[in-house]
Amino acid sequence: MRLEKCWFCSSTVYPGHGIQFVRNDAKIFRFCRSKCHKNFKMKRNPRKVKWTKAYRRLHGKDMTQDSTFEFERKRNRPERYDRNVTENTLKAIKKIDKVRVDREARHHTMRMRGKKTMEQREAAKELEQSIHMVKAPALLQQEPSLTLPKIKVKVSQQLSEENRMEE
Amino acid sequence: MVQYNFKKITIVPTGKDFVDIILSRTQRQTPTVVHKGYAISRIRQFYMRKVKYTQQNFHEKLSTIIEEFPRLDDIHPFYGDLLHVLYNKDHYKLALGQINTARNLIGKIAKDYVKLLKYGDSLYRCKSLKVAALGRMCTVIKRIGPSLAYLEQIRQHMARLPSIDPNTRTILICGYPNVGKSSFINKITRADVDVQPYAFTTKSLFVGHTDYKYLRYQVIDTPGILDRPFEDRNIIEMCSITALAHLRAAVLFFLDISGSCGYSIAQQAALFHSIKSLFMNKPLIIVCNKTDLQPLEGISEEDMKLVMEMKAEAMKTVMGQGGEPTDDEGVLLTMSTLTEEGVIAVKNAACERLLNQRVEMKMKSKKLNDCLNRFHVAIPKPRDQKERPACIPQAVLEAKARKADQAAEKERRKLERDLEDENGGAGVYSASLRKHYILANDEWKEDIMPEIMDGHNVYDFIDPDILQRLEELEREEGIRQEQEADDDFEMDGAELTAEEQEALAEIRKKKSFLIQQHRMKKSTAESRPIVPRKFDKERQFTSERMGRQLSSLGLDPSLAINRARSKSRGRKRERSPERGEDAMDVDNDQPSKKLLRLRSRSRSRSRPPNEVAPGEGFKDSAQKVKAVKLAKKSVKKRNKDARRGEADRVIPSLKPKHLFSGKRSIGKTQRR
Repeated sequence: MRLEKCWFCSSTVYPGHGIQFVRNDAKIFRFCRSKCHKNFKMKRNPRKVKWTKAYRRLHGKDMTQDSTFEFERKRNRPERYDRNVTENTLKAIKKIDKVRVDREARHHTMRMRGKKTMEQREAAKELEQSIHMVKAPALLQQEPSLTLPKIKVKVSQQLSEENRMEE
Repeated sequence: MVQYNFKKITIVPTGKDFVDIILSRTQRQTPTVVHKGYAISRIRQFYMRKVKYTQQNFHEKLSTIIEEFPRLDDIHPFYGDLLHVLYNKDHYKLALGQINTARNLIGKIAKDYVKLLKYGDSLYRCKSLKVAALGRMCTVIKRIGPSLAYLEQIRQHMARLPSIDPNTRTILICGYPNVGKSSFINKITRADVDVQPYAFTTKSLFVGHTDYKYLRYQVIDTPGILDRPFEDRNIIEMCSITALAHLRAAVLFFLDISGSCGYSIAQQAALFHSIKSLFMNKPLIIVCNKTDLQPLEGISEEDMKLVMEMKAEAMKTVMGQGGEPTDDEGVLLTMSTLTEEGVIAVKNAACERLLNQRVEMKMKSKKLNDCLNRFHVAIPKPRDQKERPACIPQAVLEAKARKADQAAEKERRKLERDLEDENGGAGVYSASLRKHYILANDEWKEDIMPEIMDGHNVYDFIDPDILQRLEELEREEGIRQEQEADDDFEMDGAELTAEEQEALAEIRKKKSFLIQQHRMKKSTAESRPIVPRKFDKERQFTSERMGRQLSSLGLDPSLAINRARSKSRGRKRERSPERGEDAMDVDNDQPSKKLLRLRSRSRSRSRPPNEVAPGEGFKDSAQKVKAVKLAKKSVKKRNKDARRGEADRVIPSLKPKHLFSGKRSIGKTQRR
C-alpha cells in the first residue's frame, strides 16, 4: 500500500480514491479525483492551471528546493526490517514535518513582505486622485481637511439657506 | 490372421426397394429433357444412355452382393461348416446363384435393347424401347425378390455371430446340457452368458477371452449336446459339433457328478464315448463339476468305473502327444462353479496343456528356426570364477543414500500441514508467514509496522542514519530562526488617519456604485434599446436630484437650482401676460405652444391613447396608433387561448375527463 501523488494537482491519493490511467507507452498517470482527470483529458497543462502545485512551484508561490524534501525519497530496494531504525524513522517523520511546515510559512511571509507598504502607498494615491468624487475641489480649497460634507435631503429656496449655515 | 468379420456386408435391399433405388438414380443422374425436334442421333443417344446407365447400376449393386457374401468353400472349414449348419449351404449357394443369373440377364437385356435403339427412327419409338428395357430389367429383379430377402436375413444373422478366431489358442467347453458350462465361462472370462435351470439355455456359441501367462485364450461356450445319432441332431447341437470338429482347441468335457442336470453319469459317459472321435489330437480334460453337491469320492462304484474309463481315454490323448505318461492330475479335475473352488486350477491346467501342445507343434514344423529366435535368451558362458557385480558410480550411491535420509527425515519432520491440523484446521489456524524471517533480532519477527503516517509513506523515509540527518536539520533550523528573529521587523509606512480612511472608504463605495450602474446599463443596452436622455420618461432628472448630488459634494446647490428653475417653462408662466420679455417669444413660439403645454402637464392627468409622449420613441400619433393596433392584434390570439403571454405553454390538463368520457344514450359520439 502506497500513497501516490496526483499527476495533475500533486495532492496525495489515498488508497481507494482516484483513477489511474496507463498510456500505451506504459506511463502511469494517477489522479486524485475526477476534476484532475477531466482536466487531464482536456489536455490542460498543470503548469498553467492556477490551483495546482506545479503552477505554484513554478511561479514561486510555494517553496521549491529544501533539504526537508530530501528525506522523502522513493527507495526501490527493500530494506531489512530493523526495529530501532523504524522507531527513529517514525519519530523523525513528525519532526521533519514540523520543520517543513515552518519553512513553508516563512517562505510565505517572505513573499508577502512589503505588501503593506504598497497598499498604503496605493491608498494614499487613490485618496489624492479621487477625492473629488466625494468632496468638491472648490470646497477642498476652502477647507483642506478631509471631513466629508453631509448629504442634504430636500433643497428648496428656504432650506438652502439653512443648509448653508450648517456648513 | 484374418478376423472373420461378417459385419461389413452391405445391406441387401428388397426387390421393390432395389428397383426404386436404381430407377430414381437413373432419373436423377441422367439428363431428363428431350424434345422431338432434336436430331435423331441425339434422341437415340439420350435413351441409350439411360438404358446403359440402369444396367450398369444393377450390375454394380448385384456384384457387390455376390462379392461380399462369403464363399463357403473359401473360408475356414469351421466357418464353412458353421454357416452350413445354420443356413444350409445349398440354399445359400442357390440364392447367390440366382443373383448372378439376374445380373447376366440384365446385361443381356441392356445389350439387346441398345442394339435396337441404334435404329430407332422417332422419339416415340426410342422412348418405348427404353421403357421396355427398363421394365424387363425390373421384372428380373422382382423375380429374385425372395432370394434377396433370404440373403438379407442371412446377413443380419451373420453379423451377430461371435467373432471366433479359428487359429488362435482356444478352449472349448462341451458336455450335456445344464452341467455348468456357461457358469464356468462366466467365472473365468468377462462374458455374460445366460445361466438358467432349463436345458438349452445356451443356443449358440459364445466367446470369452481369458489370460494365462501373458497370452490371450479364447474360451468358447457351446450349447449342450445330447446323446443321439448324428443324423438326428438339431441345429443347435450341430453348432457345438462343428466347433468340436474344426477348431484346434483344448477340450474341456464337463461332467456333472451330482446328476442335478437331469442326466446320470452313465448317460454322460455314453455321450463321451460317442464323440470321443472328435477329441483326436486335442488336449482333453475331464472336468467334474458341481462337487459341492457331490464330491468325487462319494460316487458309486459303477460311476467311478465309468469315470476312470473316461480318464483312461483322456490319458491316451496325453500319451499321444507328449510321449511320456505325465501326471494324470492334469486330466481329471474337480471343481465347483458355485463355490469357485478348483475353477482357476481347471483353467490353468487347460491353458497349460494347450500351450504345451502348440509349442510342440511349432517345434516340429519347418518354421522352427523362426520361432526359436523368439525363445532363446543368450547367456554368455562364465570365463572364470571371478565375480563381476553391477558397477554403480560412487556419486549415484551417495545420492541414493542421501535420498533415503531425506525420506526418513521427511517422515520424522513436522510439516506445516500437521501444525495446521493441530491448531484447529484450515479455517481456524492461520500460519505465521513471518516465522522464517532472517532479522538481526528474532524478537522483531512479529512486529507490526505502519506503512503510512501523516500522509507520508514510511518506507520512503527509512534510512539508517536518519537521526544524524535530523540533528543537522534541526541545527540548521535553529540557526535560521535566530537570524529571523534578528531582522524580523518591517518599516511601516505612514498609516492613514481615521478621517482619511473614511474618505477612502467613501471614494471606493462611490466608485463601485458607478461601476455597478454602468454594468447594469451595459447589460440592458445589449438586450433592448435605450431611450436617449433627451426624453426623460421616468422623470428622474429633477432639480431636486441635482441639488442633492451637489450638496453631497459639499457645494451649495441653490444657485444652480434657481437657474434651472428659471429656464424651465411652466403653464402659469405662459399664461401670464405680464411677462414682457416672453410676449415677444409667444408669437414666435405659437406653433409650439400647444406642444409645450402638453409637455408641462401634471402627472395626475392621463393622456389620450393616441397622444405621443416625447420619450416614447414615436414619430407622430399616427405611428403610435398603428403600433398600438399591432400590439393588440398580437395579444388577441393568446388571450383566446387563455395564455398569459408568449411564454405561457402550460396545459393545465391535456385530456380533461369530463370532455372525453361518457356514452351517448342515443346517437353518435363524433365530436365533443
